Amino acid sequence: MRSAVTSRYNMQTVLLLAPALLVLAAVFVIPLGRLFSLAFTDPAGTWVPFQTLLTSPVYRQVVANTLVVALAVTAICAVLAWPVAYVLSRLKGVWFVIALYGVLFPFWISVLVRTFSWMLLLERNGPLNRMLAGSGMTDGPIALLFNNTGVMIGMVHVLLPYMILPLYSAMTRIDRRLLLASDGLGAGLLDTFRRIYLPLCLPGLAGGATFVFLLSLGFFITPALLGGANAITLSMLIASFVNDRLAWSLAAAGSLALLLIVLLIMGLTAKMLPLEKGMFAK
Amino acid sequence: MKNTGLPLRLEGVSKRYGKYTALTPTDLTVAAGEFLTLLGPSGSGKTTLLNLIAGYLEPMSGTIEIGSRDVTRLPARQRNIGMVFQSYALFPHMTVGQNIGYGLAVRGVSKAESTRRVSEVLSLMRLEGYADRPIQKMSGGQQQRVALARALVIEPDVLLMDEPLSALDKQLRRTVQLELRRLHQEHGRTTIYVTHDQEEALVLSDRIAVMDQGRIQQLGTVDDIYDRPANAFVAGFIGESNLLPVKVNAVAEGKATTEVEAFRRTIVAPAAPGVEAGQTARLLLRPEHLLLNETDDGVPAEIIEAVYLGELSQYGLALESGQVLTARRITDRSLRTGMKVSLSWDPGHARVVPEN
Ligand SMILES: Nc1ncnc2c1ncn2[C@@H]1O[C@H](COP(=O)(O)OP(=O)(O)OP(=O)(O)O)[C@@H](O)[C@H]1O
Ligand SMILES: [Mg+2]
Repeated sequence: MRSAVTSRYNMQTVLLLAPALLVLAAVFVIPLGRLFSLAFTDPAGTWVPFQTLLTSPVYRQVVANTLVVALAVTAICAVLAWPVAYVLSRLKGVWFVIALYGVLFPFWISVLVRTFSWMLLLERNGPLNRMLAGSGMTDGPIALLFNNTGVMIGMVHVLLPYMILPLYSAMTRIDRRLLLASDGLGAGLLDTFRRIYLPLCLPGLAGGATFVFLLSLGFFITPALLGGANAITLSMLIASFVNDRLAWSLAAAGSLALLLIVLLIMGLTAKMLPLEKGMFAK
Repeated sequence: MKNTGLPLRLEGVSKRYGKYTALTPTDLTVAAGEFLTLLGPSGSGKTTLLNLIAGYLEPMSGTIEIGSRDVTRLPARQRNIGMVFQSYALFPHMTVGQNIGYGLAVRGVSKAESTRRVSEVLSLMRLEGYADRPIQKMSGGQQQRVALARALVIEPDVLLMDEPLSALDKQLRRTVQLELRRLHQEHGRTTIYVTHDQEEALVLSDRIAVMDQGRIQQLGTVDDIYDRPANAFVAGFIGESNLLPVKVNAVAEGKATTEVEAFRRTIVAPAAPGVEAGQTARLLLRPEHLLLNETDDGVPAEIIEAVYLGELSQYGLALESGQVLTARRITDRSLRTGMKVSLSWDPGHARVVPEN
């Protein structure tokens, strides 16, 4: 009786999942498998693409640069998102709606359009440089475009909502009475923040950071347009393997390496952050 | 835990939310080691008063003293109070031991000392061996005790509890009530306890402050409040009561001569302060003080309902004026619905109280 019920339940689960799984397999898993198989089927030898990548100083530098940019973008997003998420969690009524739309508004405009806008803003003779020079903060135009600065500005702009929203959601779930209780037990503001508020925000922070970091690792349009040849990221390098050199096996090996890096980092963070504790925030 | 806490004194403390007065200027003195209950209906200002004492709210006027220290302008963290919230507000990311030790940790108490005091309070609350449990894995009753332990371990000068048992089922409530009473009897600590359950207030309190409409309507011992209610609200809120509208003709030597329209008689009864000649007031007759057929010249009434409660019975009595009263007597099988009875009472048991 019981096992009949269970198996029927399992059957339903399988049926409900099937369409999504089939689509995913057809358009994602199989092509991905094909791509990765390219990495190992180079006519020059099975491991040649990997050896090429490992021994190439350019590739190593690009990987390092990509990680640095992604980390910096994640950190900047966290710092910028924190006050926004906090204010958002404290606002009510109309002001909340206005602020929320302010956060979501950028989603309505294509990344391409926004990136082109940044190109105009950050130009040598663009508004930003003129403003900086006009206010006397800089002597002449500074290079904001076609370097990591430009890449980071553009990526932070695009990715900021992915940090704000999970953080906001964690903050709203924190019971204000916990903060009152902490206060009543004699904790100063710093203690209350460090021991109560921050740990309860951690799941949101970790979620947002994971989003932003992973998206920045694979970001293409924004670094390609704002960074150019001086600030190459991994995705740009992979694209150039395919477009410029028609080196499919190198591109596949590079993609596989990127995926492995991502998995490694995710595994490490999951191990290090005591997330399951913060999950109880209510 | 030898410290029994400090006395508490409020003078003219008030609170408004916008235009709404949640607490009118209030005076209150609580002795060291006393257990005082704030009892009143929803919205009467109990939580407001408690939060003012705790320091979670700032009063519009007045002063608050704990011991000889004026704490009116101090934040909660500097008042050395122990607060138990209705929802417990336990820290979800900590173990039982970490929750209880929190107040010690932020005070910079050493690890060894903290461990000792936590285990001491754990055994006091009969929670030995639970220190390393995640707080989420504790049952409602256990969480309630952890919340109390967390408030007690810092040896607060005043312990504040806001309906701490309302999340528990009835049975568990009884048990914890008795436990609270045991704790207070053994370790007596100045305590202010909020509830809207009068039975709970009767079980626990040295004194009760009955609140309504942002005002302490009466402050006194259980006997004071039950036998000598200050006004019709207190008389109606505590215990069961028959309250009849009366017109006061004269007041002298603590007794009022009143016209009771429902009885079509003039009655002399002890009067509460505030009852004045020429005004309307209420006559209080507790159901257990009404006598049936003990005199011949009593107020005539008809039994319209008889409910047997075992040893006691409850009778619904209709007067000739149409007014209905409730009486509670030792069960007498000869008294049946439809019977005419003569209603009387010991003159000392009636009481005239101001309307409000
Ligand atoms: N933050 C606030 N803003 C506006 N009005 C409030 C606020 N807090 C409480 N009030 C009002 O003040 C009055 C007293 O509230 P309080 O919470 O002290 O009542 P209470 O006696 O504790 O009631 P309960 O038994 O329901 O907890 C209520 O009418 C309530 O609506
Ligand atoms: Mg309340």
